Amino acid sequence: MDISPFFFYLFAGLAIACSTMVILKKNPVTSAFSLVLVFFAFAGIYALLDAHLIAALQVFVYTGAIMVLFVFVIMLLNADVPSFDLGRSHFLMRVSAGFSALVLLGIFVWAFKESSFHSIGGEFTLEKIEAAGGNTQVISELMFSEYILPFELTSILLLAAIVGAVAIAKRKLVGGRV
Amino acid sequence: MDTFDWITTAAKSAFLVIILLQVVPIMAWVERRGSALMQNRLGPNRIGPLGLFQSIADAIKFIFKEDPIPGHVEPFYYMLAPLVSVVPAFMTFGVIPFASSINLDGRVLHFQVADLNVGLLYVFSVASLGVYGIIMAGWSSNNKYTILGSLRSSSQMISYELSMGLSVIGIILVFSTLKLGDIATQQGQLMTHLGPWLLPEWLQIPKWGVFIQPLGFLVFLVAAFAETNRLPFDLPEGESEIVAGYHLEYGSMKFAMFMMAEYLNMFTASGLITTLYFGGWQLLPGFGPLLGLLQSQFGLAGMSAEWARVGFEVLSFFLKVGFFMWFFVWVRWTLPRFRYDQLMDLGWKVMFPLAMVNILLTGTFAYYGWI
Amino acid sequence: MLVKKKKNPLQEIYLIEILKGLFITIKNMLFAPKVTIQYPEQRRNYSERFRGMHYIKATNGVENCTACMLCPTVCPAECIHIEAGERADKEKYPVKFEIDVLRCCFCGMCEEACPKDAIKLSTIYEMSTTHREVYDKAFLVEQRGSK
Repeated sequence: MDISPFFFYLFAGLAIACSTMVILKKNPVTSAFSLVLVFFAFAGIYALLDAHLIAALQVFVYTGAIMVLFVFVIMLLNADVPSFDLGRSHFLMRVSAGFSALVLLGIFVWAFKESSFHSIGGEFTLEKIEAAGGNTQVISELMFSEYILPFELTSILLLAAIVGAVAIAKRKLVGGRV
Repeated sequence: MDTFDWITTAAKSAFLVIILLQVVPIMAWVERRGSALMQNRLGPNRIGPLGLFQSIADAIKFIFKEDPIPGHVEPFYYMLAPLVSVVPAFMTFGVIPFASSINLDGRVLHFQVADLNVGLLYVFSVASLGVYGIIMAGWSSNNKYTILGSLRSSSQMISYELSMGLSVIGIILVFSTLKLGDIATQQGQLMTHLGPWLLPEWLQIPKWGVFIQPLGFLVFLVAAFAETNRLPFDLPEGESEIVAGYHLEYGSMKFAMFMMAEYLNMFTASGLITTLYFGGWQLLPGFGPLLGLLQSQFGLAGMSAEWARVGFEVLSFFLKVGFFMWFFVWVRWTLPRFRYDQLMDLGWKVMFPLAMVNILLTGTFAYYGWI
Repeated sequence: MLVKKKKNPLQEIYLIEILKGLFITIKNMLFAPKVTIQYPEQRRNYSERFRGMHYIKATNGVENCTACMLCPTVCPAECIHIEAGERADKEKYPVKFEIDVLRCCFCGMCEEACPKDAIKLSTIYEMSTTHREVYDKAFLVEQRGSK
């Protein structure tokens, strides 16, 4: 894959540009659509890393479902620009915010430089995955054998969330019309 | 990627894009003539033979119409929305195979733009992006009817995406692959079992998805209608309630792009139904002997025989797709629109449990090796 | 009042009903006679009493009208304008006879009121033009007979 670096920088640049858009834009809908583009760029990077399943799921789950709900909520609440304008922030607050951002950046740079980040690599190399029949097969086999407990726990968590949502929605109806 | 790959991929893409661009005018004509005939009218029959050039006249009208931007819209998103809904519609068809492979000088040429190993998931994930165009159009138009339309559309799509995704799990369980090419190939095998019983030789039909997954097919078909916003589920543009829904503020070519997206989504849905449940490019019954006759009659052998086979496969595939395109039109002019609560009830209380039952049944059958 | 009809379970599933509906539409499409009248070539047959464009009846090239002013009086839309004059043989006749068809409501009262059977409504209904038009006497007389 000799064209990979070009596309990597393309998608990475897109991701960074859109993430800054998410926090800088005052219009919440613009922020939400920028976030969609960020997820897209991530999916592109995953696809470049030959993780096609993760890329497809990223688009399917995050942009196709979760962000639709986000946009949905933003449009329903009709959050307009003034409600986000909290007035001029204090001078000290700005200085401390800038300072902590710089510190965080420093920590990240240090961490990436010092740690043995480059050598992370499990037993699943590209060739092995290819031999086992592709991403989907490998992931599903692992998920339903070695990681069955976390998988089931996650589903219980989601079930709890669903029950909670139903409970909140139904509470208003008690006493009133069914 | 060497020269061979570049050239063949470009040729296949060009072929598909040309076909996709033809779909829209032809379907607009079919829809108008078909609906007219069903209502005992004649429909547009003036321009060209049988009125076939009516679509060209429509296109010219769309292009030369004034294209105003209303003062109360968000211009950027207003302009972007038709593009956002049309692009995913073009992207999806790339993974659907329209013929089997052929050997060219030792190279295998697959008649499919990209044979992704997550093909099915790719289709679903890109198709789920189409809703953004509708949301954007509804929100940026700054009109209560458009926003109602887009809210309806997004909730409908999310609800039916669920049953659609669950209904194909049966197919994935049976063929144990996400590659659409492999799914189509495997449907050429014969069905040897019906449940626990072995079928006699003369009863063995091809293992098309619809024969082994009738319930899944039903759920998928209904969900496909809801996903493409076609009647009886065209609530997002219900004229009698919300004027025209999300594309209320659009005119000329921008409106035409929404229409294009709708027809292309229909085409993709038909292609997907064909590939998953009707054997994809597998020859239609009767085409096999016909092909054999043709090959022996004209003494075709070697490459030309292969190309004849590919031609028949392409023909079979597009005939099947064409039938489902027609089915979409047919249903549209037969059934009235659902009420919104009926739509949601059907999605969550009928289709979703049915899809679950289908998974359970298929899982049981697969466990005992009956499929 | 909302009446809940009892359905049998087969109807409750709807699938068979939908198939029946599809069968009906395809039957209509393929076999039912089409009701469209293809306009410029085929025309609807209107009754003889259809009230279309006006004309003034004439005998021997002279219009029957005597400018008695009954039709402008009875006209509810006030679209008829007549200026009376006198011929050499002391016969009263319309110097000007104009009908503003844009105001006309084709009620046919003028035809009923006319004692001389002069103003009549023909069955011509293709009257659309690209400009506003007031029919004058010459035009109205010319329409004679072209029912």
